Amino acid sequence: MTALALKNIHKQYGPVVAMKGIDLQVQPEEFIVLVGPSGCGKSTLLRMIAGLEDITSGELYIDNVLMNDVEADARGLAMVFQSYALYPHMTVADNMGFALKMAGVPKEERRQKVLAAAKILQLEKLLDRTPRQLSGGQRQRVAIGRAIVRRPKIFLFDEPLSNLDASLRVQMRIELAELHRKLKATMIYVTHDQTEAMTMADRIVVLRDGVIEQVGSPLELYNRPANTFVAGFIGSPKMNLLSAEVVEQKEGTAQMRIGESSFLTLPAHAGLAQGRTLTVGVRPEKLQQDAAGSISGVVAVVEHLGGETLCYVDIAPGIRLTVKLEAMSTVQVGDRTRLALEPGAALLFDADGKAMH
Amino acid sequence: MKPGSTRTKRDPLRTVLGWLVGIGMSFPVFWMALAAFKTEQDAAAIPPKFLFAPTLENFVAMSERVNYFHHAWNSIVVSFASTLIAIALAAPAAYVMAFHASKFTRALMLWMLSIRFMPAVGALIPIYLILVALNLIDTRFALVVITCLSNLPLIVWMLYSYFKEVPAEILEAGRMDGARPLRQLWYLLIPLTLPGIASTGLLGMILAWNEAFWCINITATNAGTLALAIASFANSEGQFWAKLSAASLASIAPILVFGWFTQRQLVRGLTFGAVK
Repeated sequence: MTALALKNIHKQYGPVVAMKGIDLQVQPEEFIVLVGPSGCGKSTLLRMIAGLEDITSGELYIDNVLMNDVEADARGLAMVFQSYALYPHMTVADNMGFALKMAGVPKEERRQKVLAAAKILQLEKLLDRTPRQLSGGQRQRVAIGRAIVRRPKIFLFDEPLSNLDASLRVQMRIELAELHRKLKATMIYVTHDQTEAMTMADRIVVLRDGVIEQVGSPLELYNRPANTFVAGFIGSPKMNLLSAEVVEQKEGTAQMRIGESSFLTLPAHAGLAQGRTLTVGVRPEKLQQDAAGSISGVVAVVEHLGGETLCYVDIAPGIRLTVKLEAMSTVQVGDRTRLALEPGAALLFDADGKAMH
Repeated sequence: MKPGSTRTKRDPLRTVLGWLVGIGMSFPVFWMALAAFKTEQDAAAIPPKFLFAPTLENFVAMSERVNYFHHAWNSIVVSFASTLIAIALAAPAAYVMAFHASKFTRALMLWMLSIRFMPAVGALIPIYLILVALNLIDTRFALVVITCLSNLPLIVWMLYSYFKEVPAEILEAGRMDGARPLRQLWYLLIPLTLPGIASTGLLGMILAWNEAFWCINITATNAGTLALAIASFANSEGQFWAKLSAASLASIAPILVFGWFTQRQLVRGLTFGAVK
């Protein structure tokens, strides 16, 4: 039994193809995050699931029932919009109870259901206010409350935290994760923020140009990205992706050159034929300063973040490495430094950007 | 209130200019109101008289000649009915144009507006013949329908611009909550744009109240509005300025009072989008 199944979904606006064959299965109670850069089609996909956009071709199943031509309100879903989209002329209680009113639920029953949902989100005291009397975070809660009241089969979130300031965003992120656990609901969440994806998702779906690049748990995507796009998109600070040439192979190791004077020694791999140019992916935290290191460069920028220090090292013209150092690092701009890579930490990608795991 | 508007208030030059324009614009009305209380000789006197013995004889003469309350009632019925019907027809149209636009929507809106460019007299003969054939000459029903239709493009345009101000996501949230188009209109769009709809209605009523062309041409004593009553004072027997002024004053008085009491609403609605 799947909560949601997408089969070869396409979306076309005139000559523009926005979605190019999306296949995805969502299990009950799963928290799925759709993530990707702006314009990748993640919101369009969510709106197609919601029933706000037509599906050009392909099939959409909710609880194994074909839903392509079912009206939005009859799909049993609830959506939280980026702008919250609260009804400005109604009180919080009326906002939350609007769907029940439309469904013809009697007034008293409506009141109780709204109150129950308000309790979950600590909104009881705000029920008589109108949206304009609420702060951004409170509005966000009301928007979520409006979704909870309906007891939907699936919650849809369209970048719900992007209008909040940074500290509130972190707080709401935690609350949403707790809410997911409490309600045991299926949730599909759209964001462009990979941190939100990493912290909340059971599984992340990375989208680019209307195509799914990879689906997997946050750590799968972090440790074994399927291609350079996912590698660069997931993780902060971003993974270093370096073009490297295999210059020598001996005794089960391969020597690779980056730029002119930096080298990496990696365990031998079938793809590491001499003379071949590949992309090597290295996470910033997998590099350390090491006097015996084979990578050398000049420190260009240092960012002290308190808990850690980010250091940008130019190893060749146009090639800059991001390195995550400990907080106490005394590195300074202009220093010449040598770096070493943690064994087994390099990821290899072929000329097309595909991972060579 | 924005800081800009308080600064405008304090600017003496603008205040003086504003008063000059205001006086210039209302002077004809003021002069007409004076003339309504003059005798015909005083009204026609040159140089014009500012001091005179006021008289009500013109109003007496007017009420002997025309049934004021009958025509006033017609004016009320025609302006209310035509405006309400026009809004009821325009709201769904504006909703579709604002939120479910197709590639023809723009052209359709321009075409609707272009109808207003046509001189009404161009349609007079066919419409007159149709009304004769339907036996609807000199009926309030015909006047309501024609006034309603001639104001409809303007009302659709105004409602469209108010509806456009409402974020589409609010209606989409309504759609997810189970509100189909008519309920979106009733529960969301209309309450949210009520100030705009109200001023559209007020404007429609004022236009309908002042409408003279169709009234004069297709109605007579039965369905004629106050516009017809005034017109009957300018005829081949000559211009009776004082009586004409009295009739005009009596005709505009109701809408003037109406406008006075609703001006706050009118201004608020007309600037609704700008200050949001």
